[in-house]
Amino acid sequence: MEEKNKSYINRRKFLKRLGMGTTAVSVAALTGCKHGKNPVTDENLTATRVIPKDQMTYRTQPKSGDKVSILGYGCMRWPTIVNEQGEEVIDQNTVNQLVDTAIEHGVNYFDTSPAYCKGGSERATGIALKRHPREKFLIATKLSNFASSTWSRKKSMEMYYNSFRELQVDYIDYMLLHAVGMGDGMKRYEARYIDNGMLDFLLEERKAGRIRHLGFSYHGDVKVFDHLLAQHDVYQWDFVQIQMNYLDWQHAKEVNRRNTNAEYLYGELEKRNIPVVIMEPLLGGRLSKVHDHIVARLKQREPERSVASWAFRFAGTHKGVLTVLSGMTYMEHLLDNLHTFCPLQPLNDEEMQYLYETADLMMQYPTIPCNDCKYCMPCPYGLDIPAILVHYNKCVNEGNVPEDRQAENYREARRAFLVGYDRSVPKLRQANHCIGCKHCISHCPQGINIPKELQRIDGFVEKLKQGTL
Amino acid sequence: MAIAVCAAITLLFLDFTGCLHHYWGWLAKVQLLPAILAGNFIIVAVLAVLTLICGRIYCSVICPLGIMQDVFARLGRLKKKNRYNYSPAKNILRYIFLAIFIIALVTGIGSVVALLAPYSSFGRIVENLLSPFWIWGNNLLAYWAEKTESYAFYSVDVWLKSGLTLIVSILTVSVIGWLAWRNGRTYCNSVCPVGTILGFLSRFSLLKPVIDTSKCNSCGLCARNCKAACIDSKQHSIDYSRCVVCLNCISICKKGAITYQRRKSDAVDQIKNKDEQNIDKGRRSMLAGTASLATVSLLHAQEKTTDGGLAIIIDKKIPKRNQAIRPAGAQGEKHFTSHCTACQLCVSACPNGVLRPSKNLETLMQPEMSFERGYCRPECTRCSEVCPAGAIRLVDKAEKSAIQIGHAVWIKQNCIAANEKDICDNCARHCPTGAIQMIEQNGKPAAPKIPAINTERCIGCGACENLCPARPFSAIYVEGHDRHKTL
Repeated sequence: MEEKNKSYINRRKFLKRLGMGTTAVSVAALTGCKHGKNPVTDENLTATRVIPKDQMTYRTQPKSGDKVSILGYGCMRWPTIVNEQGEEVIDQNTVNQLVDTAIEHGVNYFDTSPAYCKGGSERATGIALKRHPREKFLIATKLSNFASSTWSRKKSMEMYYNSFRELQVDYIDYMLLHAVGMGDGMKRYEARYIDNGMLDFLLEERKAGRIRHLGFSYHGDVKVFDHLLAQHDVYQWDFVQIQMNYLDWQHAKEVNRRNTNAEYLYGELEKRNIPVVIMEPLLGGRLSKVHDHIVARLKQREPERSVASWAFRFAGTHKGVLTVLSGMTYMEHLLDNLHTFCPLQPLNDEEMQYLYETADLMMQYPTIPCNDCKYCMPCPYGLDIPAILVHYNKCVNEGNVPEDRQAENYREARRAFLVGYDRSVPKLRQANHCIGCKHCISHCPQGINIPKELQRIDGFVEKLKQGTL
Repeated sequence: MAIAVCAAITLLFLDFTGCLHHYWGWLAKVQLLPAILAGNFIIVAVLAVLTLICGRIYCSVICPLGIMQDVFARLGRLKKKNRYNYSPAKNILRYIFLAIFIIALVTGIGSVVALLAPYSSFGRIVENLLSPFWIWGNNLLAYWAEKTESYAFYSVDVWLKSGLTLIVSILTVSVIGWLAWRNGRTYCNSVCPVGTILGFLSRFSLLKPVIDTSKCNSCGLCARNCKAACIDSKQHSIDYSRCVVCLNCISICKKGAITYQRRKSDAVDQIKNKDEQNIDKGRRSMLAGTASLATVSLLHAQEKTTDGGLAIIIDKKIPKRNQAIRPAGAQGEKHFTSHCTACQLCVSACPNGVLRPSKNLETLMQPEMSFERGYCRPECTRCSEVCPAGAIRLVDKAEKSAIQIGHAVWIKQNCIAANEKDICDNCARHCPTGAIQMIEQNGKPAAPKIPAINTERCIGCGACENLCPARPFSAIYVEGHDRHKTL
């Protein structure tokens, strides 16, 4: 604040001294970047905000003393390009740029998995990180043996060793059991990690130093979460990864009965002094792409901060949080997050309360809690499930889901919904092709009844098309 | 005015949104042949009276193919002025074509009718050769609109509906275009059956261009600029059966010797010439569509091990149907094939990618339905609205929902549920008439349910066929009905 005042005065002095009109100033502001001594080049007056490179907030992992950047890089949403064969592949050059920028600003935690990005995330992350000294970054990956074909000890071991090869490392800093609690809860967990002895194996690996920290990520059945914490004395979890944000803090269960409020999950971990890694702090962008009313509400308080920054500050404010993961596909996302976390300015109690009230308001909009994580994909029948749900949510937030034909903006909304639908989702991948095979349901970390939602959207589209809403 | 009419009709064929039809739809309905087929005697009578009063003005300002020829002719004139010559009427050729045409019309050989009819030829040319570029242009706009978050334009698929029809269109446009470029209205006066019929009437028309022999110095300028090649300047006579009343002769005559007026003596010497002109019949060359061998492969849900990506979707293939499916309003095969002039207006209007020209020789280029790209949606009656020939009679949405144009047939071998690959009820869920229900497989209560079709309620819209997950051949397909009935 002090600095801001200073620069303001500088600017005024400058104006007075030169006695120039505002037009001249704006010209100077645009062209003046190269002249270091020109007071108008102060970053507050130009479009680009310069983010300090030495201001990242760090948290400490108590066992190893690792200094972990509060912003962690989620490697689930790497940017893609279409290659010469017409396939969608990870855009390695851009990944390298993103990783370089992140490391340059002090990000050191990179979270990936053998399953991410059609199985290409580990390799791409490994390539980008290999260009930096090993001590500059911490790698987190997972044993993502979701498919029953990978439950055998042999297949799971193969997956584990493959991660080292893909990431080009000889030790892994943070290893996770991936998304325990999904599917049918305990049964699935035991099949994946207990019956095949994989958990014991991973504990051995930790002893041997090839895994520096062992933890788990959790979605779904809370019994598994409670069970694993009850076993804390045996397993000595070094960290646990949970979904936490201001909406899920108290509304997770409301959105879906299978889910558990983050308030409970975080509380249980804090009680045991287990460092918490936060995933989905922004709900895959759903806490950024919010209804205009919510945008206005948040901007009113912090006109110069992004809507997303509220969600990140919420996650980071909790003291037990080790790092907040964000899957930053675009440079502007990375820069915005760096701006939020360099350094983190925690929310005070009053601001927290403001966010909880915002969350209550958000619950009024009937969006589908899809975070575009693509765990449900590929759909065996070719549907683009996340694209359909994201389009629907977009239309909800933009007020283009008319309730009936009498709605004030019915015609415009109908056109926006239908034309936008064909643009976002190719016809053959739209909801009317969902046959209800239900393969996707067990893959959804948010526990969305995907076929039901798709068929509901299909019914809505039919009504719009036939004009029978 | 001619240009405006031609542009309007062209746009009628290009328009895929269906809004132009409200304004210009009548332009297609005043075309002579469609009006005759539609039994629209008022329009036929009006056209006959028009011709009896003004001559073949129809050929100059109403017929889009005629105007198209003028465009080609204009291009030809750019290269060389005063390029035409009087040539005697080729009446035998005219009558042969007219005879063929009438026989084909009476016996219901739609493909021959479609080849000769001028309006149909024009429709095909626009639909096949112009419309792809129009839509690509639109798609470019849609692409820009998408960038700017505007919903003003939306993207539309361009697909080859029938290779054969495309070839016929290319041949038609090249032959007619070439004739027009060289000799003006050769097609109109030697081939076109509508031209020949109107020629009978126009001989007796009230108003016609008349040469005043007292003023005429026989310079021949009018003959050399007559695109119908019907002015014999030496004899000071005009063949009114061929004159399309373009009135170019009046403006070109330096002596003001030609006027458009009443004339009492209307019989003009018919100069018979037995020269036969070779007409390129190449456009009748047919190509048999090669049916590629396709093996039926069922989609099978594979266990996924990584996240993201899209499963590959195999294109649907056209199933073999014993009876072609015609749209609601067509009443049945016989009515439809004997009325349709294969102008492609409905094909270009169909927003669901259902209608496409037939490849069958007897019904060549007449539209038929298939459901690989979409199905006949309940809210759409666009083909019945645009059809100028009465081949697809006007039906409203309520009527359409009760007209049975075919019925669905289940193919067990292709069915995902019957083969216990997955549970599926997509056909039943999307059937607009509720004609499909899911039933237990006999003796297998735990197995996925299979569809049961109540053919009494099925209207043959193809929703089930289109949305069936089995690919490339659906497990449920529509078989057309010879005669449509209302349920």
